[in-house]
Amino acid sequence: MSGNLEPRKYKNPFLNWIEFRLPIISYFEREYGDYPMPKNCNYFWSFGALATITLMVMILSGIFLAMNYTPHTDMAFDSVERIMRDVNYGWLLRYIHSNGAAFFFIIVYIHILRGMYYGSYKYPRELNWILGVFIYLLMMVTAFMGYVLPWGQMSYWGATVITNLFSAIPVIGEGLKTWLLGDYTVGNATLNRFFALHYVLPFVILGVVGLHVAAVHVHGSNNPAGIDIKSKNDTVKFFPYMVMKDALATCIFGVIISTVIFFGPNLMAEVDNYIPADPLVTPAHIVPNWYLAPFYAILRAIPDKLGGVVLMFGSIAILFVLPWLDRSKVRSCNFRPIYKWFVMLFFINFFVLGYVGMLPAEGLYLLIARIGLVYYFGFFLIITPFIHRIETPISLPMGISDVYLGAGEKKPILNSQKEII
Amino acid sequence: MRFIIIILLFLLSTSISAAESNSGQMPKHKWSFNGITGTFDRAALQRGFKVYKEVCAGCHSMKLLYYRDLIDIGFSEAEVKAIAAEYTVLDGPNDEGEMYERDARPADRFVSPFANDNEARLSNNGAYPPDLSVITKARKYGEDYIYNFILGYEEPPEGMEVGDGMYYNKWVGGNQISMPQPIYDGSVDYDDGTDNNAQQLTEDVVTFLKWAAEPELEVRKNLGVKVILFFLVLGMVVYLAKNRLWKEVY
Repeated sequence: MSGNLEPRKYKNPFLNWIEFRLPIISYFEREYGDYPMPKNCNYFWSFGALATITLMVMILSGIFLAMNYTPHTDMAFDSVERIMRDVNYGWLLRYIHSNGAAFFFIIVYIHILRGMYYGSYKYPRELNWILGVFIYLLMMVTAFMGYVLPWGQMSYWGATVITNLFSAIPVIGEGLKTWLLGDYTVGNATLNRFFALHYVLPFVILGVVGLHVAAVHVHGSNNPAGIDIKSKNDTVKFFPYMVMKDALATCIFGVIISTVIFFGPNLMAEVDNYIPADPLVTPAHIVPNWYLAPFYAILRAIPDKLGGVVLMFGSIAILFVLPWLDRSKVRSCNFRPIYKWFVMLFFINFFVLGYVGMLPAEGLYLLIARIGLVYYFGFFLIITPFIHRIETPISLPMGISDVYLGAGEKKPILNSQKEII
Repeated sequence: MRFIIIILLFLLSTSISAAESNSGQMPKHKWSFNGITGTFDRAALQRGFKVYKEVCAGCHSMKLLYYRDLIDIGFSEAEVKAIAAEYTVLDGPNDEGEMYERDARPADRFVSPFANDNEARLSNNGAYPPDLSVITKARKYGEDYIYNFILGYEEPPEGMEVGDGMYYNKWVGGNQISMPQPIYDGSVDYDDGTDNNAQQLTEDVVTFLKWAAEPELEVRKNLGVKVILFFLVLGMVVYLAKNRLWKEVY
């Protein structure tokens, strides 16, 4: 067989050569060029792209930080400060990385809430949702380990509190904790392995993100109306239409995150973490990073240690089965007049849990945390599975083109159509 | 969409000022390094260094700083050499295998007042004087707290027992601290004729501590303005292009 017989799909012979041996060119064309996006997708659909970009930035900045970081209890704190002072633009790398972590969670939270509100987890995207929750879980583990690396007071005591949770597990608890720490207390062995894991886990996340994206591309993206794509007219090509929207979202995100990185880089940091770790001095309040605080609130809401641990892990585990808890066939909350408000309340409740998670667990705060905990599980176990029995969904639109109001002024007829809907 | 941009611009300006300020009851001082274009006053930094050297450095180390860093606050290389040479460091071993003392050089870290933590505790009634390298980042309300705290020594209110070897300070947690009032009017003489009352001395030393904790502050803010402008301009262009593109979709 000579090369002449190879199919000529592209003008560029090099692309043809690659394509014939590894059809990666057509893959990218199909998945990131011609991929049909519902044209009514709003800017909430840009948060997936934003999360991917943030993950890349985190990995890149992290690699350069790792080149200058020393994972040893005697030197970790100083090496981080050396990055801030003596490494060229080291302060920029570190502030991008520390604030990037916080913004990564903000983006992913909005991404998750979007999926919940518009029912993106329902048939046929259940596996996609599961992969997403798995990414979220990996992110929490990675962020927790990353927070330990600067070896400040909050690093040390946060690690102590969280790893202590494992000792609550009956029978194997103490052994498991020692196995995780590599020592009887948080120490150099712990710092070393946390660094190793913090370096490798983002690449695992990257892999799962690949699966997550591949999975969503099988049946296509959901949309604010939550109805299926019926014709080609319902969609736009990913490139350039969605890419342009995502680019705009990225610019706006760039402005917001730059404001924090350059003008308030320590806003989301705990001041105690600028005090070197001291096993002999316990800080007045041990608080987690704010993005993990809702789960910390759930943990502390239960007076029993094992009960708190079970509920905390349960609160994450329950997310995995959400596609089977929700029995309603209607995806988008735009057409679910009652459930919509419960979902909104769930978002507010999650935020409130996070807020009290940062405060001492006593008095009113503890009461709020307990109410929040009850609603968190009540939402998943009672409201979500049974609400469809009393809820009459608003009738769904016929097709995506009926709800798409882009350049709406030109087509006033759409407004009347909307009323019918 | 246009409204969103206007709102975003508004949010941007307010969030920058919010990022700079701390809410709470801590009285705020007017600092030269606050604001979008804030910079350090070099003269104040040099005066502040003098206050640190003559007052704070008696007990507090600044282990993360090198003498060479002082070039940033306007000292010449010769001046930095002279400042470093006032201190001795333990070096070695030399060719005979012996440790020896020598004058500090610009490449050395700030020499600590005590040989180790235990000696520091012994000399200070059991209390450990914290390292001041990043102190403004390590306290809530940062520089405002340090400023108020240094000037916050008072007679204890009636009925309050202050412990043995402790001093009353209205800003510190529990209102008691083992550090005596460090700065009084005229504690340090300035060479440049600046009034050396307690407020001025405190303002200068806190400015120095802020610089020590965030030496990148000026570069950071300068670069920040450029980066934000870049995203704004690019965003504007992308916005117009996106509108043009989506006009065909209906």
